[in-house]
Amino acid sequence: MKRMIKISACLLLIISATSCVHLKEYQKSRLNDSEMALTNRKVEKNELNFQSYREGASGANAGKTGGGCGCN
Amino acid sequence: MKKKFLSVIGFAILCRFQVYAQISKDTANLPKPAYTSLYTPVGQDSTNYNPRALRIDEIDLVSSYYRQTGDHSAVMGGMPGPTGTQNVTDFSNGLNLNLVWLNQANNKNTLSLGLGYDHHSSASAAYVALNGGGKPGGTRIYPSLDWTVENAKTGGTFGIGAYYSGEYNYKSKGIDFHWSTKTNDKSGEFGVKLQGYFDQVTLIYPSEFIPAPAVSQPGTTTTITTASGVVETLSSGGQVISSTKNSLPTSPRTTLTAAFSYSQQINSRLQVMFLGDLVTQSGYLSLPFHRVYFNTGKDTIEKLPSSRFKLPVGVRLNYFLGDNIILRTYYRYYIDNWGTRSNTASIEIPYKVTPFFSISPFYRYYDQTAAKYYAPYEQHSPTDTYYTSNEEYAKFNAGFYGVGFRIAPPAGVFGWHNFHELEIRYGHYTQTTDLVSDVVSVSMGFK
Repeated sequence: MKRMIKISACLLLIISATSCVHLKEYQKSRLNDSEMALTNRKVEKNELNFQSYREGASGANAGKTGGGCGCN
Repeated sequence: MKKKFLSVIGFAILCRFQVYAQISKDTANLPKPAYTSLYTPVGQDSTNYNPRALRIDEIDLVSSYYRQTGDHSAVMGGMPGPTGTQNVTDFSNGLNLNLVWLNQANNKNTLSLGLGYDHHSSASAAYVALNGGGKPGGTRIYPSLDWTVENAKTGGTFGIGAYYSGEYNYKSKGIDFHWSTKTNDKSGEFGVKLQGYFDQVTLIYPSEFIPAPAVSQPGTTTTITTASGVVETLSSGGQVISSTKNSLPTSPRTTLTAAFSYSQQINSRLQVMFLGDLVTQSGYLSLPFHRVYFNTGKDTIEKLPSSRFKLPVGVRLNYFLGDNIILRTYYRYYIDNWGTRSNTASIEIPYKVTPFFSISPFYRYYDQTAAKYYAPYEQHSPTDTYYTSNEEYAKFNAGFYGVGFRIAPPAGVFGWHNFHELEIRYGHYTQTTDLVSDVVSVSMGFK
């Protein structure tokens, strides 16, 4: 069931991506809002750092994959 | 009526004065108007303007205070109770300076200089010495450098970066190359980043595993070599004649990452980004001061394989709902060859109280399965090939929630024009391993 949900979500996103519309610059005002940026916030930098040391998973743009500290 | 008449006359006189805000070199050479003007040409300021010149684009300061409690530290092999304390405080500060200039082809060059400084106190570090008398804290310094060139016509970018991190038991050097290109209509962007981290782990062992000092007695002097690398020569009377300190041995750890991303604007309110990394690690992947207690009651040092392959894939989806609510969502699935599987899902809902002030509550869910080399305190067998009791590799769930505030008024924060953005964020984190932490961060942007 869980797998089906994941596959469905992926398919939905792929379909969404292929059905995108061409936008003129004046139509991008909402997309260009700083809150809409497809990145982590600057203020999140140290949160992501501690999560990557306390959790087994990292990467894919949420926490760096190597380097850094030998924290304990 | 008289007032209105005088106002119109006054306005007309002001218009005749032609008070210009700015003038270019060419217009400065125009013949002077025949009528009275308050304007005085100031050619020097305007003619020196050069759009290609190197300038400071942005300065960012990020500071955080982090506090953590827990009682199954990896240093004590997951031993529950006060000696397994995981109490940590960390004060982090980062400065980032972006310099920008245009080259002959009008391509934008950005040079980012970063410097970070952390100071932490770690109660578990004191238990590297079994009696709890070890050094309970330290500092970390991490400078970075990145140079990116953006093509003025295509919007594509290419860049290189370098990174260093140093603390008393761990040194790391990194380098990366990154490249991106946009689709023809500029609604999509594909990016690749290749990273390499080349680390050195200092081999600091728990006190009970430090070899006894080696003593040699040639002639009338005695030479003592300790495990920490100190070599002392003593006279026959026991006085120190000479003392030298050699650096502690280290072991390398290498991390190579290829990170791929593709972002796409779907419509005027929705955009999405797909992310995937290929990560390979090799070398000394344990930490030498992490204990493991076997089911026999004896302890040893954590031992993990010398290679690891990680595959995280993720998606970000941001949607502008109505006029002042935004949905920022993220999902990641992670798999590695140590047996860990993980899901991360987060949602943040910025609400724009005004166009320049937003409040953003957020929630993040995380779960993972245990790595096949993990077992809790006193559950490993001495016959196991690899063993760790570090709860980073245990099966657990975690929740992280909090709220952020962002202020970016056009006149500057607190009326200071250069202070263009202020963000404050608080988060509370809990793991089912009993680890609890709080973090508060402040980010300030100056232009």
